[in-house]
Amino acid sequence: MTTTKTETTKTTPTGIAKIPYYPGCTLKTTAKNFENSAIATARALGIELLEIPRWNCCGTVFSLADDDLIHHVASVRNFVRVQEMNDYGLVKNENRLVTLCAMCFNTLKSTNLRMKNNAEDLSKINDLMYREEDYQGKVEVLHFLELLKSLGFEKIRDRVKKPLKGLKIAPYYGCMILRPQEIGIDDPEDPTIQKDLLESLGADPIDTPYKRVCCGSYQTVKEKNIVAELAYDILSHAQKEGAEALATVCPLCAFNLDNRQKEVKAAHPDFEEIPIFYVTQLMAIAFGLGNEFYGFDQNYIDPRPLLKKKALIEQ
Amino acid sequence: MADNKSPIMERIAEANKAATTGIDAKDIKNWITIYIMGKAYKVPADLTILAGMEYAGYKFVRGVGCRQGFCGACATVFRKKGDYKLQTGMACQTRAEDGMYLVQIPFTPAETADYDITKEPYEASVFIKYYPEVARCVSCNTCTKACPQDLEVMDYVQDAIRGDFDGLADVSFDCIQCGLCAMRCPAEIVQYNVAQLGRRMYGRYGQGVPDHLRKRVKEINEGTFNEEMAKITACPVEELRQIYTEREKEPE
Repeated sequence: MTTTKTETTKTTPTGIAKIPYYPGCTLKTTAKNFENSAIATARALGIELLEIPRWNCCGTVFSLADDDLIHHVASVRNFVRVQEMNDYGLVKNENRLVTLCAMCFNTLKSTNLRMKNNAEDLSKINDLMYREEDYQGKVEVLHFLELLKSLGFEKIRDRVKKPLKGLKIAPYYGCMILRPQEIGIDDPEDPTIQKDLLESLGADPIDTPYKRVCCGSYQTVKEKNIVAELAYDILSHAQKEGAEALATVCPLCAFNLDNRQKEVKAAHPDFEEIPIFYVTQLMAIAFGLGNEFYGFDQNYIDPRPLLKKKALIEQ
Repeated sequence: MADNKSPIMERIAEANKAATTGIDAKDIKNWITIYIMGKAYKVPADLTILAGMEYAGYKFVRGVGCRQGFCGACATVFRKKGDYKLQTGMACQTRAEDGMYLVQIPFTPAETADYDITKEPYEASVFIKYYPEVARCVSCNTCTKACPQDLEVMDYVQDAIRGDFDGLADVSFDCIQCGLCAMRCPAEIVQYNVAQLGRRMYGRYGQGVPDHLRKRVKEINEGTFNEEMAKITACPVEELRQIYTEREKEPE
């Protein structure tokens, strides 16, 4: 297990804040570069993302059916684990659960909202999970971007050692952190949270109306071409606005925009490939954390030529 | 053991005497009624389910094995009188109780995937390739509740999904492959086969060859034990028997 090493708050004068961290399956497999860069940048900001012991799959998608409670059990069980972290003293009075994956965020937060608003559903699930302690409904699901915002982008700016000067990045949001509005972390029509973050890193954010257009999501499994066309629209519009790369926080969006460029290129031979970053990879570069935290080998379109051109990584 | 003198151990000893030596039924003091596939049988109290069924006249040709709780052959499901919960256990390890409704599950129908671990990448994708139904897990934990070995079955299924071979091997180590998890799983996962694939992968790629094994294989190849081996193979049977009896045993 890659559980983050425990540090006591006493070891640092400023104090390390420990927050329960929910990785999700993708962060442990095809998006390790997202996890590694996020954990490292969080630590650089004085936050320890403490992996929730015995976490399980979030449920993958939030079931919208009224009578389909079984698909919410997975999320709720993770909330019980956060309670246990408090019980066992791994964290102190810390009910926040931080996620990186946008899908997990959406599923966890939607389920949490349903449990908080519907005592009968919660009681049925608690009853089914009779071996666990009851979920008390007090966990707060946060996306990592929200955590960064709550720290203040000024603090992030202060930590930057190598500003991403002249790097033109189009923030891409997708759907999962914006919709539905009750759980979204930003304005669903005109989100700015990634733009603000990129600005604090010294980058040059590029706005595009396609920043919140669906990437095609799970159509990527059976209908690659639908996704390739959507990716083409999203990517080529960003390029028209001058973007040299895109930034995202969703592993599924990243896959569709990055790996599907193979199909995009096949359908549109004049298309020029463009790197897709997890925004935390850009943070790790700006913080000067070192190669071991960037994980570019997991990116499909290699972003290193661009970064070298901008003198942001070593030759 | 001092426990032999306790009243409950005496009762168990007495009950087993009835079952194993065919002692006259009039000498048995304590009786219970169990329902085997719905039919009532009066059997001596304090037998295991397996011994109780045999006392009632069932003869096991399959669905029974070591009688020590290790082989996983005698899976049982039962309900106790007045309790809505469906319970599971090994028939050789679970005591029959008055009013118990029970049936044996001698076999679990399950697909066993055909794979060559030397050709598979050491990644989570191997589980999706051979047992794609692992992705259907809804974390209901029914498998864990069913496990007679008290393993955290759901936890190791989750380890499989995220490619944590080390965790899977650790959590599933004591699995006896009785199949009860798979019989209860609403997602139709065959947990014990998933675990076996995971442990094989971990053994090959994760664990590495232990130093003491590497050292001993080297010694064997260098002929360190050749002389001793030749001496033993040439030994007359009687002498060999004596060597065996007097051999140096591993420390307790």
